[in-house]
Amino acid sequence: MNRVRRLAVILLIATFTAVLFADFVAPAPYAKQFREAPNAAPSGKHLLGTDDLGRDSFSRLLYGSRVSLLLAPAAALLSTLIAACIGGLAGYLGGRFERLALAATDLSLSLPWLFLLLTVRALLPLNVSPLASVTITFALLGALGWSSSGRIICSGARAIRQSDFVLQAQSLGISPYRLLLRQILPNLEPVLAAQFWTSIPIFIIAEANLGILGLGVAEPLPSWGNLLRGLENWPEVKASPWKLAPILMLVAVVSCFQLVFQKREEFAS
Amino acid sequence: MKSRIFIALVLLASCCFLVSRAAAQSGGELRFSLKSEPKTFDPLLADDDSSETVRYLTSASLIRLNRQTQMVQPELATSWKVSSNGQSIAFELRKGVLFSDGTPFTADDVAFTMRKLMDPNLHSPFADPFRSATGNIKITVKNPASILLQFPAPVADLEQLFDGVPMLSAKSPHSDTAGLGPFIVAEYKAGSYVLLKRNANYWKRDAGGRPLPYLDSVRLDIQQNRDLEILRFRRGETQLINTLEADNYDRLAADMPAAVHDAGPSFDTEQMWFNQVASAPIPDYKKAWFRSQNFRRAVSQAINRADMCRIAFNGHARPAAGLLSPANHFWFNQNLHAEEIDVAGALKRLATDGFHLDKNVLRDRDGHAVEFSIITNAGNKVRERLAVLMQDDLSKIGIHLNVVTLDFPSLIERISHSFNYEACLLGLVNVDLDPSTQMNVWLSSADNHAWNPEQKSPATPWEAEIDRLMRAQASATDNKKRKEYFDQVQQIVADQAPFIYLVNKNALSAISPNVHNAAPVALRPQTYWNIDSLYLTSTNTSASARP
Repeated sequence: MNRVRRLAVILLIATFTAVLFADFVAPAPYAKQFREAPNAAPSGKHLLGTDDLGRDSFSRLLYGSRVSLLLAPAAALLSTLIAACIGGLAGYLGGRFERLALAATDLSLSLPWLFLLLTVRALLPLNVSPLASVTITFALLGALGWSSSGRIICSGARAIRQSDFVLQAQSLGISPYRLLLRQILPNLEPVLAAQFWTSIPIFIIAEANLGILGLGVAEPLPSWGNLLRGLENWPEVKASPWKLAPILMLVAVVSCFQLVFQKREEFAS
Repeated sequence: MKSRIFIALVLLASCCFLVSRAAAQSGGELRFSLKSEPKTFDPLLADDDSSETVRYLTSASLIRLNRQTQMVQPELATSWKVSSNGQSIAFELRKGVLFSDGTPFTADDVAFTMRKLMDPNLHSPFADPFRSATGNIKITVKNPASILLQFPAPVADLEQLFDGVPMLSAKSPHSDTAGLGPFIVAEYKAGSYVLLKRNANYWKRDAGGRPLPYLDSVRLDIQQNRDLEILRFRRGETQLINTLEADNYDRLAADMPAAVHDAGPSFDTEQMWFNQVASAPIPDYKKAWFRSQNFRRAVSQAINRADMCRIAFNGHARPAAGLLSPANHFWFNQNLHAEEIDVAGALKRLATDGFHLDKNVLRDRDGHAVEFSIITNAGNKVRERLAVLMQDDLSKIGIHLNVVTLDFPSLIERISHSFNYEACLLGLVNVDLDPSTQMNVWLSSADNHAWNPEQKSPATPWEAEIDRLMRAQASATDNKKRKEYFDQVQQIVADQAPFIYLVNKNALSAISPNVHNAAPVALRPQTYWNIDSLYLTSTNTSASARP
């Protein structure tokens, strides 16, 4: 393990520890409003200052990271699984099924999901807890965000199906089930992993955008998505650079994930 | 000798000043942004903000409401007389006034305009206030400079209604474009801009006899993005921003303190209300809470309005006392005061209805935990802040509030069709001083009677009383009497709290220091209400690139 990877591992462990023990690490509850100090600069009392309602930004970052670090990967996992099932099978089976699956993927890509999401939100009950609301949001994102990954996985599966070693395995009489499980899936793993990791920040940003449209995480629960909404106003961010903390955290965590799992992917590929 | 030289120098200096002033007042192009495409250029149909702007700049009325004094003043009519029963009004018209195409303005044009306005097929938004009863308006043209208008029933505050009636030409061959306002529409590029040119036949003169307006043209750029509007103002590409949000105001104030203006409380209100529709798909026990005056008043008492003004509006708002803003000098009930936060008082009031605190959770007499959702429009940062502040305030009396932001069409569908909501937080934009224009809100049968619209008969005695008072003020002709009635309406609304008024945001605007004679006010149009007197001194702004 090289030095950079080691550092990434340490950072990830520190982040997860802080996030999981946010109840003890955070200097204030995430919803507590210090109304005498809205938009305060960093200080001993508020390490990253306060937001526009006077809530401690460091505490909200910790709790928001907990929400996003648990739910964005869960949504990414869900979407990658769906993509793997549809795209992987399409690529492996080929022929009519592949054409059908690709048509479904194209249709899914061309649909105005934003409006569908808005409709879904409008149909949801109003009295849902913030936790239920955030779970629904990420579940929807996971369930609907598989199509672009599906195409890539289909293409990867097709390439493997047409490779020499698969042809050789088929000629040796290996059953299709065994072929899929022992040859195709292990070789698809780097593609699946890449799709999984790239989906995480996409879902976090998508959640932030949905927040603007009313489908994000409900107040007062923080998430990286609604914390990133604080960056909408560039002049304000320029004047208060500590407001960049959520995006720096997002970049750092996603980069760490990439570094830690990079070797494994390289090995697999 | 010395004194003669001194006098000569003073005269020379005066001449230089006058010449420079005169030069400064001539020409130039004023630019500002429209938030959306004008839906119509027909002045009688202008209902949206952008069409209304074009109408204001290109047309003239018989009587004008002075936006500064909030009093009516002569415009195309030099004098008028309202009959004692409030059913008729006689105008003496200004002589020698020409439309922009050179045709003279006479009483025939007033008659033509009124007939067109009152045509039920036109559906003009300006016509409804004149329709106090069924029947036709009787128009008598006495001579080219005098006209008598007789209505089938008394019309409340008749003279002020004429502020919104643009005069049209009956005889002009170009009647669609001929106007009496300071500007005429010269060019329109959909999605891009509306260019207005100076009306060479405009009748007004300044105190020195110079023809008005001073400006050569006004360019209205269609710009929906507020950030871009501010950026263009900073660059000097536009000279006015009619309404600013508090955040943007403060940011602009940091760089251009001379450009920003806070004209005090505006006419707009931010308010919340509970759904009291009998058929609403919400549990019966919640309907009982929302129908309880004590519950509504307790919620109102638990809200810290001062914090809302300070935090959500950066201090550019005032706690609201009621349905009218104190900016409405005449009609505001001076006996009303904004509710002060009083948690103990709120709990006491709730106790009278059987509510009680159980481990910091408020429960009704049947043991239901008090929890409800409040919907507001997504993307409105200020409203989202208000909702979260309210969420925190209500937690202090044990109420759990769920804040739900919805896209606007979904929100409207819920509050006006399905009634599938519990509470709503929205704002009301008031553009008129007169309370008669709020009939569509306060009558229990009205569509916009938001908490329980379109009632066949008033659901509560106090709503019946509001109906009675609103009808009484609308049919009275004496404004003093009308105010008495409307003061009572304001008092009932404050006591019953069907709308819980939160804040009156301030009228914030930005005007480039190059623009002179500007006097921003709270009434719309805040910055350019005296457009014919505005002038520019900077050459770079007037010489800005034309399309």
